[in-house]
Amino acid sequence: MLKDITIGQHFPGNSAVHRCDPRLKILLVIAYIVILFTVTNFLGLALSILLLAGLYLMARIPLKLILKSLKPIMPIVVFTAVLNLFFMGGEGDPLVAFWVFRIYKEGVAYAIFMAVRIVALIAGTSLLTYTTSPIVLTDAIERLLRPFAKLHLPVHELAMMMTIALRFIPTLIEETDKIMNAQKARGAMLDSGSLSDRVKAMVPILIPLFISAFRRADELAMAMECRCYRGGEGRTRLKVLRFGALDWVALVVCTLAFAALWATRFLMPGVL
Amino acid sequence: MAAIIETKGLTHIYNPGMPDATVALDKVDFAVEEGDFVGIIGSTGSGKSTLITHFNGILKPTEGQVLVDGQDIWAKPADIRKFRFMVGLVFQYPEYQLFEETVYKDIAFGPKNMGLDEAEIDRRVKSAARFVGLKDEYLERSPFELSGGQKRRVAIAGVMAMEPKILVLDEPAAGLDPEGREMILSQVKRFHKETGTTVILVSHSMEDIAKYADKVLVMDQRRIAMYDTVEKVFARADELLELGLSVPQVTKVFLRLRAMGLDLPQDVYTVPYAVRTIQAALAKKNGGGEATC
Repeated sequence: MLKDITIGQHFPGNSAVHRCDPRLKILLVIAYIVILFTVTNFLGLALSILLLAGLYLMARIPLKLILKSLKPIMPIVVFTAVLNLFFMGGEGDPLVAFWVFRIYKEGVAYAIFMAVRIVALIAGTSLLTYTTSPIVLTDAIERLLRPFAKLHLPVHELAMMMTIALRFIPTLIEETDKIMNAQKARGAMLDSGSLSDRVKAMVPILIPLFISAFRRADELAMAMECRCYRGGEGRTRLKVLRFGALDWVALVVCTLAFAALWATRFLMPGVL
Repeated sequence: MAAIIETKGLTHIYNPGMPDATVALDKVDFAVEEGDFVGIIGSTGSGKSTLITHFNGILKPTEGQVLVDGQDIWAKPADIRKFRFMVGLVFQYPEYQLFEETVYKDIAFGPKNMGLDEAEIDRRVKSAARFVGLKDEYLERSPFELSGGQKRRVAIAGVMAMEPKILVLDEPAAGLDPEGREMILSQVKRFHKETGTTVILVSHSMEDIAKYADKVLVMDQRRIAMYDTVEKVFARADELLELGLSVPQVTKVFLRLRAMGLDLPQDVYTVPYAVRTIQAALAKKNGGGEATC
């Protein structure tokens, strides 16, 4: 049952999207989000979805997975759409009018526009997490944040903490699973009974889990010290991020695509 | 005698339908008779642990059936706990499941879940503690201040206290020193003899299996490779070696001796038996003379 939880949603693969420099991917995703908000009409929106679909196709990520990542944000999408639908004023006669509500043509258009925009936003960022393993992602974040180290932000330490936390999530999930099975084998009832029963049923799982987490932390600290770890200063990397030919191609293609998306605002009147 | 645990066409697939779906068990038919002491051996990934976690319904078969005492354990999923109490499962490194303030309370966790009354719980805790050789003074101590081997014994006692009909142990001696191994396994053997409980023991150590088990199940590639009495399985030493498993050291010695052309039996798997065989062989060679060893 715990196996169903996906934290970090990396979908391993070897496509061009996967192999791209993670730093570039982060920056491009940020740029994509900005561009999404400068797009003002349906042509631009359609093209930005098309671009994303192309990239997803290239990365060979199954549609099922994309839908799964969109499921949790559906309430927000619906909420935004509904709000826009009712509160957008417009010229001319309302399409529907009842009690205090007036729905205008503009409202409908804007509601759809906003909903699609949010979906594109999430799908865009999901592409990054699908194609980049969490560890590589933290590496890239560390590199991108390095200038802030001058301002005494402990960039390396933060990145290391994130890496360790990410690294141990699967281990601890596995451990929890084992402990749960062991307690189930002794007749523990974990998924029935009243709320207070269930909370009490967590004790036999949480205590061993905490003990093992502390033990692991202790062992890991010891192992790191044995290998003379002493923070980020002067540390070199095993895997150095290199900006290669592929990355230049990706950069050029995406820049052109983004420019085209931005330019659509001159081709068609905006929704608003 | 009647089979106490039986699997029929038991197949288990992890993550079915996903790209990383793996078949862990492939149509396993297997039966343990009441009162047996069965050892399970097999290389890593052969499906041993997956098999035994089906016995008390921690894992649900993808296909096939698991019968305990003649009843399909998944016939009524709501009643699965009944079978968890009938089949006591001790996982690998069970000491990591301890959580109570005192050893006594931890051992009592299983019996308490069974809904027994105080007096019965008390009797079971004390008797289980005795089987694993925990002195009474330990019962009021915190399990976290015990040594590794003692913790292990507390955890095993926690399962024994449920007085299951079948006790299944997954590598109960892993990571212990030779003395600790010997102690735990002989305690399990004694429990088997005195209570008549059916025992299933998973182990990597051929010596342990040879010494304690009556029957051996050999798993290979998610299927059953052999299932027979200890003598018959270890007599097929060549095949075991081919499966990447080892045989007891004394069996290896005898294999070599046979290869050198000596006329010795094939099914030697314990040291006392080996001594007797050699004595007999020497006696024969010396023409009936007194053999010394």
